[in-house]
Amino acid sequence: MKTTGRVNGIISNIVIVKADGAVGQNEICYVHTGDTKMMAEVIKVVGDAAYVQVFDSTRGLKIGDRVEFEGHMLEATLAPGLLSRNYDGLQNDLEKMDGLFIARGSMTEPVDFGAQWEFEPLAKAGDKVSAASWLGQVKEQWLTHKIMVPFTMTDTYTVKSVAQAGTYKITDTIAVVTDAEGRDHDITMVQKWPVKQAVRCYAEKPRPARVMETGVRAIDTFNPMAEGGTGFIPGPFGAGKTVLQHAISKQADADVIIMVACGERANEVVEIFKEFPELVDPRTGHKLMERTIIICNTSNMPVAAREASVYTGMTIGEYYRAMGLKVLVMADSTSRWAQALREMSNRLEELPGQDAFPMDLSAIISNFYSRAGLVKLNNGETGSVTFLGTVSPAGGNLKEPVTESTKKAARCFYALSQGRADSKRYPAIDPLESYSKYLEYPEIAEYLDDHIGKGWVEKVYAGKTIVQRGKEANDQINILGDDGVPVEYHERFWKSELIDFVILQQDAFDDIDANCPIERQQMMYETVLNICRKEFSFADFEECSQFFKGLINLFRQMNYAQWQSEKFNDYRKQIEQYVLAKTE
Amino acid sequence: MTTRAFQKIYTKIDNITKATVTLRASGVGNDELATVGGKLAQVVKIMGENVTLQVFAGTEGIATDSEVIFHGEPPKLKVSDNLAGRFFNAYGEPLEGGEAVEGEAREIGGPTVNPFKRIQPSELIATGIAGIDLNNTIVTGQKIPFFADPDQPYNAVMANVALRAKADKIILGGMGLTNDDFLYFKSVFENAGALDRIVSFVNTTENPPVERLLVPDMALTAAEYFAVDKGEKVLVLLTDMTLYADALAIVSNRMDQIPSKDSMPGSLYSDLAKIYEKAVQLPNGGSITIIAVTTLSGGDITHAIPDNTGYITEGQLFLRNDSDTGKVIVDPFRSLSRLKQLVIGKKTREDHPQVMNACVRLYADAANAKTKLENGFDLSDYDERTLKFAHDYSEKLLAIDVNIDITAMLDTAWTLFAEYFSREEVAIKEELIKKYWKA
Repeated sequence: MKTTGRVNGIISNIVIVKADGAVGQNEICYVHTGDTKMMAEVIKVVGDAAYVQVFDSTRGLKIGDRVEFEGHMLEATLAPGLLSRNYDGLQNDLEKMDGLFIARGSMTEPVDFGAQWEFEPLAKAGDKVSAASWLGQVKEQWLTHKIMVPFTMTDTYTVKSVAQAGTYKITDTIAVVTDAEGRDHDITMVQKWPVKQAVRCYAEKPRPARVMETGVRAIDTFNPMAEGGTGFIPGPFGAGKTVLQHAISKQADADVIIMVACGERANEVVEIFKEFPELVDPRTGHKLMERTIIICNTSNMPVAAREASVYTGMTIGEYYRAMGLKVLVMADSTSRWAQALREMSNRLEELPGQDAFPMDLSAIISNFYSRAGLVKLNNGETGSVTFLGTVSPAGGNLKEPVTESTKKAARCFYALSQGRADSKRYPAIDPLESYSKYLEYPEIAEYLDDHIGKGWVEKVYAGKTIVQRGKEANDQINILGDDGVPVEYHERFWKSELIDFVILQQDAFDDIDANCPIERQQMMYETVLNICRKEFSFADFEECSQFFKGLINLFRQMNYAQWQSEKFNDYRKQIEQYVLAKTE
Repeated sequence: MTTRAFQKIYTKIDNITKATVTLRASGVGNDELATVGGKLAQVVKIMGENVTLQVFAGTEGIATDSEVIFHGEPPKLKVSDNLAGRFFNAYGEPLEGGEAVEGEAREIGGPTVNPFKRIQPSELIATGIAGIDLNNTIVTGQKIPFFADPDQPYNAVMANVALRAKADKIILGGMGLTNDDFLYFKSVFENAGALDRIVSFVNTTENPPVERLLVPDMALTAAEYFAVDKGEKVLVLLTDMTLYADALAIVSNRMDQIPSKDSMPGSLYSDLAKIYEKAVQLPNGGSITIIAVTTLSGGDITHAIPDNTGYITEGQLFLRNDSDTGKVIVDPFRSLSRLKQLVIGKKTREDHPQVMNACVRLYADAANAKTKLENGFDLSDYDERTLKFAHDYSEKLLAIDVNIDITAMLDTAWTLFAEYFSREEVAIKEELIKKYWKA
């Protein structure tokens, strides 16, 4: 018997329900009004009163309206056919919805239950299996989608039978497993998992030891992201957070990309809807959309579902990770998620923490970030979820609760600076403020030695020092005037400008410059670094600035040229001669 | 509102605050309208039998025995083609008399357009102002505010933009508009012979502030009628959103909500987003473009209102008084149109993106040179040239009184480049230099 209840209070999207039976924290219920039913989640229980947040507008709801409790938490449906879909925060397929407007209470199936999949068994009768063990596989787009023992089955089981290779629907039984007490369990290709809980069906979670390429020089060269790592991008509005995230989503070296548009602009999501089905992933030759899942809860969609959207995205990420795949989950923006938490906490009249955010904000954020990571699966394979979130700090001030809490949880920090954005130095990643903790990992250093070049990390630090010294020199020049400082100060400054213009700045709207493969990054960076290590002797600061301006111009043309093309090599030669003429 | 048969009338109010009343009632729906002592009110909270209503015009004069009549429905607007050319108050009632508009009654603040059904905006809106068209091109379906100090001529600029934009309908949502400004809009539209394209919902400073909360939803419900049902290009002007947010703060304060930054309600972001996200490019060719005004205090954009707005809108336009030329310009540094990438160099000439960036970069160099000058340092030859360029750029392109088309703007920029700089200093892709450099 399901617990039912009646509406007894309404404050915006918080509804107080008088329940006639047991109610669980975070349990899902449906609130009926007229002919529509709206999904809601229990967030507090006081006596027989359940406080539920409705994932929809409560307009017209009345005291006494019926509520049905479902007996389970908010769940994601996990099955073949998730890729390329566009979901709302509660995993309703937006594409399947009728009408221009999203009608209240609209619910659509997250996957196609009628679709046929070409199943291939991997396990055989007698195998010992546990949650997330691979039983078989199907081809989803071009990825191998493993069919696993559902994550909720926590015991160990013996496989009784596995279906033969052939075509099946996701609801068909593809395996039967027997538990220790001899009970049989039918397994299908579809399973459900409560989104707010981490999937922990793996052997261990080692430290990340590989770098995830993004094609963005300011990240890959200066502050690399690890596969299975975490990072965040805080920045004031207009600093280019979204452009940067889109660039990463297009270029990242990942098998599956999950983009959570959380409380952001609808037109930005439309851009993905329009571009991704057309753009080709250079690594695989397939369309970007084929490896992408979009969870879209734009800023005007119900606030409570916004909170759910990041969890839905992460859960789907963990599902693909358990198949041994590289998953990148991105959320834009986690501040909107935190604000959803704030709105709820406010309506529940909880005592507020800093800036009226809930007291446990920091714990919620770090708990969420900790779900990312590289994992060793029970069968020895590895899979990873890399998480990258943006933060929209109020007033661009990085000393606000969401930024500070995230800084404690994430290992990479890509601070976007207003100053750089104002002078159109994009991506506006501040080279001095930003950091990647992964540069300090010996495993990562070793990986970079092997994959880019021996002593790469030292080179990165050398570049950072040049930028730092350049900034100091510039401060001096600004205080004392061009003539008030030795010419070497100008040289120091211009060397940092060279790194800035050639390596850090990148044109996200240019077809060639937008995506810089690591091989090209290495070549460019080493060329620039070698020039920076040379001692020039300029007669005066005018000569110095003229020289570097000319040099920067040549390098920029080179950045716009096709890798290793005739034009590219031509600029390269020009640069060599240009520098040689000055050093001889 | 006339009473209908069998409508229950309540005459016992338990609590009265400045903006809300609470009484015991049953069968009341959330968000429903009611009349309290002859004033319009809306249900904002229901706890068991206790219903709290927000009285738009304030509770002055309401007594514990005032009549409360529930309407059984949320606020609605009657939509039809007859809205065009009319001026309404915040409740959608005609101003200056005139007959009420008949038509289908639609709930205001209705549901969201499914993001998947949206079309990517790609149609440029030409305004003739280079600070907008050249540097921060606006497209249909965009939402963008002017960030301006109260003394700047934002309403005049907005009226100009609206008239030049070639929209099928212009919908003015005035919140806390001074009567003078209201009359200004009216006369500008009248003089341009555009009155039949205009629909206005106006709450002036003479009206109670809480009424303002209805204005954007009214304006956008009308906009959705013309855009969705009629496939028209609709431009919505919202001025001034800061006063709207202030009204939100008043209500949340009266309801004992815990304020967040700058005494604003914690839900400010969502509240503003619900309005701005109504901007849309529809598959039927219709569109809603929102141009709003957010007044700043002393140019402070870190205040919660402009800050939240900036995260919602697709860019912002800053007005600035340029002391060099004595003109009001659209600030090239702080202004931004996020959707310009969809049209520049595609719907406009190929050199547009690079010319735009080069101009701004050189203008930034001029700003540095100016700082040097102010600090008493000598200027290099390059510095001198950037200053001259900045003056001309400001006067011939950035000033809001310039009215030329985009190709002419690009040509002007190339003329200025050639006048003051060498090709290397301009640093534009070589192919473009070859094609457009004015020797």
